[in-house]
Amino acid sequence: MSQAQAILSVTGRGLPVRGDDIDTDRIMPARFLKAVSFEGLERHVFEDDRAADPWHPFNDARYKGASILVVNRNFGCGSSREHAPQGLARFGIAAVVGESFSEIFQGNAAVMGLPCFAADRESIDRLQSIVEKTPEVTITADVQSGVVTAGDVRIRASLPSALRDAFVSGQWNPTAMLLDRFEEVREVATRLPYVTGF
Amino acid sequence: MANTLFHKVWDTHTVRRLPSGQTQLFAGLHLIHEVTSPQAFDMLRQHGWRVAFPERTFATVDHIVPTSSQRRPFLDVMAEEMTVALERNCREFGIPFWPPDHENQGIVHVIGPELGLTQPGMVIACGDSHTSTHGAFGAIAFGIGTSQVRDVLASQSLALDPLKVRRIDVNGRLNPGVYAKDVILTIIRRLGVRGGVGYAYEYGGDTIDRMSLEERMTICNMSIEGGARAGYVNPDDTTFAFLKGRRFAPQGAAFDRAVAWWRSLASDANAGYDDRVGLTAGSIEPTVTWGINPGQSVGVGERIDGDARDEAFAFMGFHPGDRVAGTKIDVAFIGSCTNSRLSDLEEAARIVRGHKVAPHVKALVVPGSRTVSQAAEARGLHEIFRSAGFEWRGAGCSMCLAMNPDRLEGRQICASSSNRNFKGRQGSPTGRTLLMSPAMVAAAAIAGEVVDVRTMLDEVTA
Ligand code: SF4
Repeated sequence: MSQAQAILSVTGRGLPVRGDDIDTDRIMPARFLKAVSFEGLERHVFEDDRAADPWHPFNDARYKGASILVVNRNFGCGSSREHAPQGLARFGIAAVVGESFSEIFQGNAAVMGLPCFAADRESIDRLQSIVEKTPEVTITADVQSGVVTAGDVRIRASLPSALRDAFVSGQWNPTAMLLDRFEEVREVATRLPYVTGF
Repeated sequence: MANTLFHKVWDTHTVRRLPSGQTQLFAGLHLIHEVTSPQAFDMLRQHGWRVAFPERTFATVDHIVPTSSQRRPFLDVMAEEMTVALERNCREFGIPFWPPDHENQGIVHVIGPELGLTQPGMVIACGDSHTSTHGAFGAIAFGIGTSQVRDVLASQSLALDPLKVRRIDVNGRLNPGVYAKDVILTIIRRLGVRGGVGYAYEYGGDTIDRMSLEERMTICNMSIEGGARAGYVNPDDTTFAFLKGRRFAPQGAAFDRAVAWWRSLASDANAGYDDRVGLTAGSIEPTVTWGINPGQSVGVGERIDGDARDEAFAFMGFHPGDRVAGTKIDVAFIGSCTNSRLSDLEEAARIVRGHKVAPHVKALVVPGSRTVSQAAEARGLHEIFRSAGFEWRGAGCSMCLAMNPDRLEGRQICASSSNRNFKGRQGSPTGRTLLMSPAMVAAAAIAGEVVDVRTMLDEVTA
């Protein structure tokens, strides 16, 4: 299989979506899960929120082409649907910077090469404000150091260390690693009485 | 050394530490369904990978199946296509599959336990966040995304970081009219929807000890709504009695050997926890959500408290200081992997018997599995529901996430025994969901508005 690429930093313009506990039903409503592929999901990201709110950032032309999503607390909570980060990635989002993430969302995002950086509330608020005021500002998020810069603003963010190392080493898609020493998987299976028979 | 069940199970299933620093964990049981698996199979094909242990994965359809008529081909072309895709994938990779007309069909989290597939001490994975349900047996069960479904298919393992363990003790007697659903809603209300991030929840205490497996499943099911990726109850005699004789459970002498192993995995009495929380059962009231996440709930008699600027108020049409009791409902839904088992339907039927659903309410009961549905019919529950004006449906997820024709319209309000009240969850972007126990849903269906089920219980027992 092809070796994944190292992801050392992400650069692009920002897209601020304010609010805590934005769940995956909002990011990708369930009716769009009715498909046998992930294709076309980018068209449905935040569809209901966008329809309800003409001022939703995903409707805002000033953020067109932005690739760094800036969010608040517990982003991506709820369902395990990978369709949520898939839709965001296909929309063009290459990194998410926020206060915190649901673990399933963060893990799902990681295996498609989408790092989710966490920072404190004040830093995120500064970042969101600066993007809202100057949407053209270039943001750079550095995976190793966790430093996120936007113009002359500089904040400290971080990734869980295992995910950070995985991005830096290019090992963020774990299947090859999991298959690497398959004999050890078999060994564990032979130790488990419910596999071998009680 | 004294240890928790979580750590014992984690250790026995550890394959190795990965170069990424994560742990490679063997997944002993894998359940799949039509919605989160097709892309995983495509990825396998792209890479030329096989399914490592096809006999450790089981498949059925639940999320999109219509529950009014399950005749094939489904009228919904996409539902049919997804079902056919799963059928084809399972055939190609040698995975057991229970199609819509099979007696084992049902919501994955209902059929796993009822077939005895779910057992103590397992690591269980499924592409659905409510996989935490299986923790009721003393298993460590993770909801996973589609890429991880692919990983489990290809390698029967997962790359994970360990969790911390929070022990949640519930002690004392629950009052009549108060159910497992109220307990978990209260826990989430207390600890918050983010409170469990980074944790597995271990539920214990004498209230939990006295609970049936079905009640424990309701509790573990909603762990994820509190942010905890897994939740579990230590296995005990109640667990073993539930499993005995189930189709996939060990039989005869093997069962006794299994019990010995299962017992050894329970948390030791002096195990250390990363955090502990206690709750008094007697203080728990019938609980109803008023907002747009499962932590926004109140006792049915209480007033809603909160910041008026919270978007939940505007969306739901409530104001701080309001009571949920008295809220007119449009739809009543009894179902979902949280509360669609036989005991849930029995409890709801007890309230419904001899009454009529309010004329303006559309009410439906969707059993969690074909087995539940047959058992309920054998007891005549379907007649009780039907003669009251409920629709009696086939098994599936139905209005829990509205991927089939069962959905809210416009701003309808639904009294629901499911697990999520997120905006849009029940199929209408502006639809509103009030989560509560199945008995409370039954009571609301009859009254046409949210009521305290205890007022109707008096009548039942009088
Ligand atoms: S009933 Fe609802 S929560 Fe449960 S598996 Fe189905 S969709 Fe998921």
